[in-house]
Amino acid sequence: MLDIVEQERKKAERRLASTGIRVLVCAGTGCVANGSLEVIKKFEEFGLNVEKLPEHKDFTTVKTGCHGFCEKGVLVVIPDLDVTYVKVKKEDVEEIVRKHIYGGEVVERLLYVDPKTNKHIFRNEDIEFYSKQTRTSLCNCGNINPEELDEALCVGGYEALARVLEEQTPEEVIKTITDSGLRGRGGGGFPTGRKWQFTAMAQNDKKYVVCNGDEGDPGAFMDRSIMEGDPHKLIEGMAIAAYAIGADEGYIYVRAEYPMAIKRLRIAIKEAEERGYLGENILGSNMNFTIHIKEGAGAFVCGEETALLASIEGERGMPRPKPPFPANKGLFGKPTLINNVETFANVPLIIKNGAQWFRSFGTEKSAGTKTFALTGEVNNTGLIEVPMGTTLREIIFEIGGGIRNGKKFKAAQIGGPSGGCLTEEHLDLPMDYDSLIQAGAMVGSGGLVVMNEDTCIVEVARFFMHFTQVESCGKCVPCREGTKNMLAILEKIVRGKATMEDLDLLEELAHAVKDGSLCGLGKTAPNPVLSTLKYFRDEYIAHIRDKKCPAGVCSALKTIQIQEDLCKGCSKCARQCPVGAISGQIKSPYKIDQSKCIKCGVCVDTCPFKAIKEV
Amino acid sequence: MSTQTNESLDLSKVDSIVKDYGYKRQNLIAILQKVQENFRYLPEDALTRIAVQMKLSPATVYGVATFYSQFSLDPKGKYEMKICDGTACHVRGSIPVLNAIKSHLKLEDGQKTTADKMFTIETVSCLGACGLAPVVVINDKVYPQMTPDAIGVVLDTLMKEEA
Amino acid sequence: MANNMETQKKTLFVDGCEVEFTNEKNLLQVIRKAGIEVPTFCYRPDLSQYGACRMCVVEVEGRGIQSSCTMPPEPGLKVHVNTERTRRIRKMVVELLLANHDRECTTCERSGDCELQFWANKLGIKHVRFGKKRESQYLPVDDTNPSIVRNPNKCILCGACVRACNEIQGLGIIDFANRGSKTVVAPAYNKHLGDVDCIFCGQCVAVCPVGALTIKSDVQNVWDEIVNPKKQVVCQIAPAVRVALGEAFGLEAGENSIGLIIAALKKIGFDKVFDTNFAADLTIMEEATEFVTRFKEGKNLPIFTSCCPAWVRFLENHHPDMLNHLSTCRSPQQMFGSLVKDVITKEEGISRDELVSVSIMPCTAKKAECKREEFYVDKNPDVDYVLTTHELISMIKEAGIDFNKLEPQSADSPYGLFTGAGTIFGASGGVAEAAARTAYEVVTGKKLEDVDIKAMRGANTFKSIELDLEGTKVKVVVVNTIKEAEEVLQKIKSGELECHILEVMACPGGCIGGGGQPISCSAPEKKLKRAAGLYDDDAHQKYRKSHDNPAIQELYKKWLEKPNSHKAHELLHTHYKNRFETSYKNV
Repeated sequence: MLDIVEQERKKAERRLASTGIRVLVCAGTGCVANGSLEVIKKFEEFGLNVEKLPEHKDFTTVKTGCHGFCEKGVLVVIPDLDVTYVKVKKEDVEEIVRKHIYGGEVVERLLYVDPKTNKHIFRNEDIEFYSKQTRTSLCNCGNINPEELDEALCVGGYEALARVLEEQTPEEVIKTITDSGLRGRGGGGFPTGRKWQFTAMAQNDKKYVVCNGDEGDPGAFMDRSIMEGDPHKLIEGMAIAAYAIGADEGYIYVRAEYPMAIKRLRIAIKEAEERGYLGENILGSNMNFTIHIKEGAGAFVCGEETALLASIEGERGMPRPKPPFPANKGLFGKPTLINNVETFANVPLIIKNGAQWFRSFGTEKSAGTKTFALTGEVNNTGLIEVPMGTTLREIIFEIGGGIRNGKKFKAAQIGGPSGGCLTEEHLDLPMDYDSLIQAGAMVGSGGLVVMNEDTCIVEVARFFMHFTQVESCGKCVPCREGTKNMLAILEKIVRGKATMEDLDLLEELAHAVKDGSLCGLGKTAPNPVLSTLKYFRDEYIAHIRDKKCPAGVCSALKTIQIQEDLCKGCSKCARQCPVGAISGQIKSPYKIDQSKCIKCGVCVDTCPFKAIKEV
Repeated sequence: MSTQTNESLDLSKVDSIVKDYGYKRQNLIAILQKVQENFRYLPEDALTRIAVQMKLSPATVYGVATFYSQFSLDPKGKYEMKICDGTACHVRGSIPVLNAIKSHLKLEDGQKTTADKMFTIETVSCLGACGLAPVVVINDKVYPQMTPDAIGVVLDTLMKEEA
Repeated sequence: MANNMETQKKTLFVDGCEVEFTNEKNLLQVIRKAGIEVPTFCYRPDLSQYGACRMCVVEVEGRGIQSSCTMPPEPGLKVHVNTERTRRIRKMVVELLLANHDRECTTCERSGDCELQFWANKLGIKHVRFGKKRESQYLPVDDTNPSIVRNPNKCILCGACVRACNEIQGLGIIDFANRGSKTVVAPAYNKHLGDVDCIFCGQCVAVCPVGALTIKSDVQNVWDEIVNPKKQVVCQIAPAVRVALGEAFGLEAGENSIGLIIAALKKIGFDKVFDTNFAADLTIMEEATEFVTRFKEGKNLPIFTSCCPAWVRFLENHHPDMLNHLSTCRSPQQMFGSLVKDVITKEEGISRDELVSVSIMPCTAKKAECKREEFYVDKNPDVDYVLTTHELISMIKEAGIDFNKLEPQSADSPYGLFTGAGTIFGASGGVAEAAARTAYEVVTGKKLEDVDIKAMRGANTFKSIELDLEGTKVKVVVVNTIKEAEEVLQKIKSGELECHILEVMACPGGCIGGGGQPISCSAPEKKLKRAAGLYDDDAHQKYRKSHDNPAIQELYKKWLEKPNSHKAHELLHTHYKNRFETSYKNV
């Protein structure tokens, strides 16, 4: 079987080599939004229509998945000169072709400019955003065309599958995964090898492998990038898992919000089936494994594994109590292995490079790398992959290029609505599963939102609580009623209507919801509140006792004042005020009736003399 | 019990969709998605038809349809706008964009579809385009880094096209 | 080896005490066996596990906090029921539920036997710290259904009703809709419960822990009639009532308290108290005769029993093509009503309006049945009001009657005399057994010595019995629950199942498990005891076959001529309506 893959790979390499210089244009969701499809079209037209001298090299435009640096899209990578172009527009294509491809010269004006040194940077790996990363599970994203199996083969795709089918017993595969120390990348960090073992041990003639691609954390898009950029790696990982546990059918559950991921997965599955890497008698090994795609329909809770199973079965996505665990009684009542996208994507790498290789990254108890979606108030936002144990400081100030507009770092929310806040005191904490739990946060699926001094932490907690409250499935009482009442209290706080008793009640309720809820959504929903209460209690108290929002965000706690010395009495503000709260006499200072003011801020924007301020 | 429906619906379309999916319970969500694609919403009669064809109770089908936020039991506008209010977008000002859209389209609080059935707005939790925050998606086209002014221009252009 | 395993004692530890367990389905049952009353709202032993209310949480060493209703017992587990954390969770759950609850407890139908009220009290919740629901957030109360009132403001979303309707009846008339804090239990499209294909069986009411689903009460209407001097008020008592009503007054389930019930009814002010068992005997006369005729002609077989109005309604909604199988016999309640209004008015020379006929039933669907237009004569119903067992209990309590101190009384004649065949109508299989006793003698002309047909008894939802009537084989199928009935119907339609008689009762175990009975959802063994009480009553009767009932013989002689006569048809038979057009299936 290995020889089949080897032959196919060589064939693919020959075919791809014959197509000339590769122009990799990112066609991830982010770049598509920035117009990458037009850029690709332009490149292709150029290749067809423009007169080309014999000495000019051929080139092929390759639609790739996400490079991660979405903010700088459209990204174009041309490996022959090892150059990355950023913010490429369709108007720039002609210059790239004429100057770079035909002329062999770099188009400097399209290079990334380092914000610290103001210098042009040529190579991807010299851009600080990339240079500090360790991209393993994302290694192919952005470098291959995800819609062609040949491209995956050229970077070693399906080699690991062939190897286990030819050389290893299922027990050996599970042992490798166990030895590698891989833990679930979707949230809790349960040891993957053990999960496989439980499912392998369950006695049943039918078993399933399910991939959880319902990445719903607001601010996270790691799984989307893998599904869009390297779908074959995911398929291979699932097939290896199926072999290890003895399953012949699999499902990938993808959020409906990810149409491109769904499309590319469908293409990949179809081609893999046609070429014998999936389906019946895989690579002549007698192993059968088919994969179906199930589209979600907009319910965050379906990221919880038992809710996800209910949803695949066509039901309301309401979690079921565990035990029974899916490993014994899962999809359609059969033993089922559920891992998330990133977990499966790590599997072929571990098989190929060995458990020790994987352990060479990360920390003792959290081996390997982890992808994060770095967003918020940092200079470089995007998708990153770093070894477990990397510090927050490295991520924010090196990869992220620091806080935008020279502002001060305040906190980072990690793990989305299930996670918690990290503060300045955690900047040098090596981040792994256990240290984050200790700090009251969690890796979660890897959303990392950076906040600056202008962020009101209570408002952030309210935002997350609003999210979980809306996304609660409504089944168990602590989550359904508890999050609702937690939100109500938080709303009272940001409106300045809460008492200190409310704060105590909020905390008591948070613990009850955490302890008493049925599923992971409810059990983790209070985390943002508990962690902000732990680190920013003062800010809560300021809202409650002093009726002040220290960050100046909560509009109900703002007052808008006219500075008499600056006001020229032009009456413009009074005319703009939607509620008639401003009055006065022309040419003398105006006044705001605070009882009428709704703090909309129109007057602040209107005043030509900057005499009106929010305090 | 076939009350509602002011327009006559071609339910044979529903029948063929259900048939394509083999009348299987596990395909209920996919069936609802297809039916919604067809009618742009889920009319009551279509849901009941699905129930009858699949030997489920209408309450069960209704329960599934009302659980997932993707489904709408009211007719949707020609342009479906999703305003992302995920963390990244929220932090970077999605709410002012949403308010600008509401006032531009003269939508009252709680109203989701314009009277002329041209626009439907909906906030969603995360579209996974956080690097481009705040984003608005209109019929699957992503509009990155929106501001209240920029979305106004986008809406004006769409309205002009329709006029 | 296997034997060894079974005999080996399995134990676990509950709050430090070693407790033995055998085949308990979950930890909760083991804990209760150990004498600790763990609170629950969503747990119902006869329904699937749900695990949502979180009241039964316990701490299990090494496993953290678990809902004990969903966790299987394992040897050696160390379970702690009342820890700081579990107590806090329970109290918080109750407080949260109360915050979202219509707390007009004093005027609630369920006040006094509401589980939420009970636990709020037990757990010492003295204060609800969360904001109260605003008036504008209240949803309208739905009283459009003839039998059931739905008050969503009292619903705690335990889902027991949803599971009952699905798992017992296979109907799914109500289900969860929406998500999160907007979740409600509602009929499809949030329609009224009166506008959907509900069959009024009341099983949803019987499992509701609070006042969200209640029986539509006729108590006040009946009081009004009783105090009206111009009205003569008579009543009939259905078989299953006598073995259940006493539970509300401390009697054992199954203990026959018919004498006390009659005494109570007299105290309340009913002018005459009769026994539906009499009408059950009459039903057998008519139905057995009808069956024998059909059997001889080979027409419209199998014959379906028609005593259960929920079953009849179900057929009318969803299987109109099979209505010809239904016996044309009215149910005992309606036979009784028609007879009473016809005979008593004539005998006493009063108008129908002046005679009020009330029936005491274990059943909520009977309230809908008596309103069917076929059962009206000159715009006056044969049965004016149906009181469920539950409602009669509240009347007895309201009247301040010390039930256990009553002197037992007998029913009024002539419609108080009944046979053992009539009394077993209240249990699944009873109608078929009673019919068989009579049919045997009609067909064979011989006297049946051993009247007990034990194969027809018991709580199984499906029973199939072949009777040998001296060479003539008659196949009888007995089912309870509509879910089971639907399966049997499909098999009959496909030819997979053949039979001559199909007895269907919609409620689990038959009328003894009716939706109007005292609530027994947390003690399923009560249903078995009630059935045993009926069979015991049967065994002690002087007459065990309906046609031996002297009052029945007298009735035919005086008024009805013979079974299936013209007059009998007029008073005792009915017709059915194809309701498919108004059912949801007609889309």
